[in-house]
Amino acid sequence: MTEKYTMPDVKGHFGPYGGMFVAETLMPPIQELNAAYQRYLKDPEFIAELDADLQHYVGRPSPLYYAERWSRELGGAQIYLKREDLNHTGSHKINNTVGQALLAKRMGKTRIIAETGAGQHGVATATVAARLGLECVVYMGAVDVARQSLNVYRMKLLGATVVAVESGSKTLKDALNEALRDWVTNVDNTFYIIGTVAGPHPYPAMVRDFQAIIGRETKQQCQDMIGKLPDALVACVGGGSNAIGLFYPFIDDESVRLIGVEAAGDGVASGRHSAPLCAGRPGVLHGNRTYLMADDDGEIIETHSISAGLDYPGVGPEHAWLKDTGRAEYVNITDNEALEGFYALTRMEGIIPALESAHAMAYTMKLAPTMRKDETIVINLSGRGDKDMQTMAKREGIEL
Amino acid sequence: MSRLAATFEQLAKSGRKALIPFITTGDPTPDFTLPLMHEMVKAGVDIIELGVPFSDPMADGPVIQRASERALAHKMSLRKTLAIAAEFRKTDQQTPIVLMGYLNPIEAMGYEGFANAAQRADIDGVLTVDLPPEEGEQCAALLKERGIDTIFLLAPNSTNDRIKKMAAVGSGYLYYVSLKGVTGAGHLDAADVENKLKQIKAITKMPVSVGFGVKDAETAKTIAALGDGVVVGSALISKIENNLDSPEQAKSEIIALLSAMRQAIDK
Repeated sequence: MTEKYTMPDVKGHFGPYGGMFVAETLMPPIQELNAAYQRYLKDPEFIAELDADLQHYVGRPSPLYYAERWSRELGGAQIYLKREDLNHTGSHKINNTVGQALLAKRMGKTRIIAETGAGQHGVATATVAARLGLECVVYMGAVDVARQSLNVYRMKLLGATVVAVESGSKTLKDALNEALRDWVTNVDNTFYIIGTVAGPHPYPAMVRDFQAIIGRETKQQCQDMIGKLPDALVACVGGGSNAIGLFYPFIDDESVRLIGVEAAGDGVASGRHSAPLCAGRPGVLHGNRTYLMADDDGEIIETHSISAGLDYPGVGPEHAWLKDTGRAEYVNITDNEALEGFYALTRMEGIIPALESAHAMAYTMKLAPTMRKDETIVINLSGRGDKDMQTMAKREGIEL
Repeated sequence: MSRLAATFEQLAKSGRKALIPFITTGDPTPDFTLPLMHEMVKAGVDIIELGVPFSDPMADGPVIQRASERALAHKMSLRKTLAIAAEFRKTDQQTPIVLMGYLNPIEAMGYEGFANAAQRADIDGVLTVDLPPEEGEQCAALLKERGIDTIFLLAPNSTNDRIKKMAAVGSGYLYYVSLKGVTGAGHLDAADVENKLKQIKAITKMPVSVGFGVKDAETAKTIAALGDGVVVGSALISKIENNLDSPEQAKSEIIALLSAMRQAIDK
């Protein structure tokens, strides 16, 4: 790759992926959003306000932490953790919701809607809506409402209305469907804060740009701490926002391996998984063309993962493009392997990761020993594990 | 001339408006659809919109969502929908059939493969909810080569530029979504529809059908008077949903509603 990376094109395409595949009622608001985004992206006042919020409200920059003990134990590459778990609300999701909420305010929208899987994006959205005094409705699959009840309570505390979605598989994709239906109905006063790098253009590019602070800080911190670029970046991929946030500023740095870790659930061969890049096919869902889990008739297949945040049949279109071009690699980790990653980080470093992030930990346990001691891996520790305490305790047969 | 163009021309000559039912193919069971299509023609409908069930019908309200779920439970698919359409065509060469659904089943088949299959089934038009003209030119061209119309949706917030774009890429008719919302919603405003149709008609001569929120004969009459045709979907599918233990009852209630609409529109 000798030319500078400039994706997407003006129509929101990453090669054959991305685009604006939506019903007509949503075309005008998406175009309005795109115009506003393109304008404020270059507006010094907007950027200054966003930077101030990221520093004082979110708590950025997040540390890059050297996991010395764990690195020694694995016996290969040196491992660094980008501590997005230390952000306000406990994950990288807030980087994006702060940005989109500022846009919503500038566009004069009074009502915020969002979809959520694990609840991290829902909490991050309810948080910024509370701060700005905006009405907030969060759509969440009924299955996820049950397995992430702590986050449901947090959202309600913050003043949001949480709607349990009973249609389809009752998980993240159905929450997205329902949020889109709400948006179609309330398009005049409502701003839809999508939580991942999916949806119609400009969402994949816009969410990426708001999340790219992760990679920009990482680059600077690597320079300060080790005096060079890292050799590999590892991040979990559901929709793919934390991964793209870390990867994006490094795309032109060809020496840096970009590794996305999908959720293999019971194993890719079992068919019960959430790994469209590893085992899916291109198609169109939720406004963009990307890799999907679908059957021969084009119907979307139900996904499975221990982590609600990765339980999604699609993936951001930019990941599809990075896969096809070979710039990024995509691997997968089963539920059981993710649990090993979860326990390893907890016991070796005293950091309890979210089950989503634990997938990236688990892959690093395979990768690090194959690398030299003078090489460096940065993992995006995208969220903290507090929300998963009930799930974990239940697995261990403990009643909380 | 395409079957759709001929139908609208014929209707215009006799000063009538098109009555266009939408049903989800395979709801509640695969064998329900074909006989219903023939019965609907007898009841006086002009065009049939066949819904292709999809797992994630983002623009549909709960009634059509559940219809999709029922059909998918019996493994209904785009391929099987085309087979039913082809079967219908064996005994009815007049009534145009429009496929209405979402893009992913077409993507799975491949645009060219789909266009060929639609031609073999003698389909007249294709309306893909999540394929706006910006993304849909390739598919529309393949269909056009085979004499199949591409029908686009227009919404209350569609701008003049967008109306022009639909008129340029689309053919057959335009489908005006009468309200901001999902199918089956209930706050259709006739005055709003009238104003918007004036705006659309000033831009294109293509026939405009109006749908979303048409529940009874009276609404059908009001809406038909404003455009060239009226589409009714959720109100019909509700009859199926309310009579899941008796498909024959569902069918007779659907036919009764369509007959009443036909009468009201023609009055």
